[in-house]
Amino acid sequence: MSQGFNHRGVWAIYRFEMARFLRTLVQSVVTPVITTSLYFVVFGAAIGSRMSEVGGVSYGAFIVPGLMMLSLFTGSISNASFGIYFPKFTGTIYELLSAPISAVELVLGYVGAAATKSILVATIILVTAFCFVPVRIEHPVWMLGFLLLTALTFSLFGFVVGIWAKSFEQLQLIPMLVVTPLTFLGGAFYSIDMLPAAWRTVALFNPVVYLVSGFRWSFYGAADVDVGVSLGITLGLLIGLLVVVSWMFKTGYRLKQ
Amino acid sequence: MPPILSISRLTKRYASGLAALDGVDLEIDKGEIFALLGPNGAGKTTLINIVCGIVTRTSGEVTLDGQDIERGFRMARTKIGLVPQELTTDAFETVIATVTFSRGLFGRPPAPAIIEKILRDLSLWEKRNDKIMTLSGGMKRRVMIAKALAHEPEVLFLDEPTAGVDVALRRDMWNLVRGLRERGVTIILTTHYIEEAQEMADRIGIISKGKLLLAEDKATLMKKLGKRALTLSLQEPMSELPEALSAWPLTIKSGGYELEYTYDANDGQAGVPALLRRVAELGIGFRDLATRQSSLEDIFVNLVSASTESEART
Repeated sequence: MSQGFNHRGVWAIYRFEMARFLRTLVQSVVTPVITTSLYFVVFGAAIGSRMSEVGGVSYGAFIVPGLMMLSLFTGSISNASFGIYFPKFTGTIYELLSAPISAVELVLGYVGAAATKSILVATIILVTAFCFVPVRIEHPVWMLGFLLLTALTFSLFGFVVGIWAKSFEQLQLIPMLVVTPLTFLGGAFYSIDMLPAAWRTVALFNPVVYLVSGFRWSFYGAADVDVGVSLGITLGLLIGLLVVVSWMFKTGYRLKQ
Repeated sequence: MPPILSISRLTKRYASGLAALDGVDLEIDKGEIFALLGPNGAGKTTLINIVCGIVTRTSGEVTLDGQDIERGFRMARTKIGLVPQELTTDAFETVIATVTFSRGLFGRPPAPAIIEKILRDLSLWEKRNDKIMTLSGGMKRRVMIAKALAHEPEVLFLDEPTAGVDVALRRDMWNLVRGLRERGVTIILTTHYIEEAQEMADRIGIISKGKLLLAEDKATLMKKLGKRALTLSLQEPMSELPEALSAWPLTIKSGGYELEYTYDANDGQAGVPALLRRVAELGIGFRDLATRQSSLEDIFVNLVSASTESEART
């Protein structure tokens, strides 16, 4: 082992977490394909027929970035939170705590695996979308950048939730009560320009708006808010969560007695 | 040779206010088997968990092979293997996957031959592709040992390793521990089975209410604190001790049919011949005689109750 960095430890955690994903590969791949197809049937065919274009983009294509973001948020959180909560629940956390692995390495292993899984699923959604609607990606590098940043940020958030949670109910609480509503209210399926002025102002307090907007800009070159602000908010969330995780490890919050 | 594990003035006070450890000083030499005995809640597991990084110390120093367990956690923990008390396993993983994971987690390069040897030694090789959830409790315990050995630790902590396991597994584990000691592995075990400590350990520590009451070489401990008892089975029952025998601390037992003489093992049998001569002179007939060395359990019980009584007085 390198004295400075336990890369084998990080790789062991990453592989262990990915193995869980691969054990349910069919479920992991088929579910997003079916869900995405249903979204296109329901939103694209039913609603899209009454609302042909949003900002010059067909409605079906318009919702693709939002669908990917929704999947990234929920997938990243559930993957990372379950990944760290399960060892706490079963008691195998003793092995992680007694291993020669630093907090940074532990986070890299769990968050890296969670982000990889959610990016894979988001990519499946994108590929499925290409089969149904005319998706175009104007800024592919930015698209990949936002994809990666968002996956990492929400995986880190999931990691925090996983450490914080004392039960499976608590594990579901934040994603169900906070993240999913914020995503639906954050312009995943519409432009916030379509909202009345008052609600538009309220929407700007929702951080998800900035993430979805920046990501959609990388596809179609149009955004609800400035792309620089989107990037800043995403980075800000990431840094804030890094501070929280660092505090958790420093104090041993809900990890050590 | 410097000790491999050095613990100095170690204290642990939980948020609830419970003082689990109270100024523990302990040194463990490389290659020895050290058994830590103590009643439930004495602080045995807390001590082990602090050394292994699972519980944070309140104060004190702990170094493993010269490295502070927190500042030099990477070097220290690489050398440590832990088999915890609770059966905690990844139910959905296969045996070989979880053991391989443990080796990687501790920063060691893949070594299928070493993993195979560990699994064979623990009779797990045939079950390597079985999911852990399908194994019996004894087999799960073996998996936990395999995980702790996967990175070839120099110091192995066994926290009540034979609690609730069958006789065969206990015997296998004793053999395994002896084999590890022959390879130079230092073993620190806690146990409720005092005969296990008596059988296995080179040194014994007794902890009660967070205080280490003693840590002694087993033979020295038995010699220093051990008692011997001589029991005479009398031909006729004795109702009271004759005045002529008052020089010996004797006890009448079994309804007057037994006379027991307890003496310090350090004094050898100096008082026994004189006692036997005196008994013969007094015409007290006996059918049989037996001597018994007090066990580690007697020593343990005496020490712990003495400590409890002392605390009650203060």
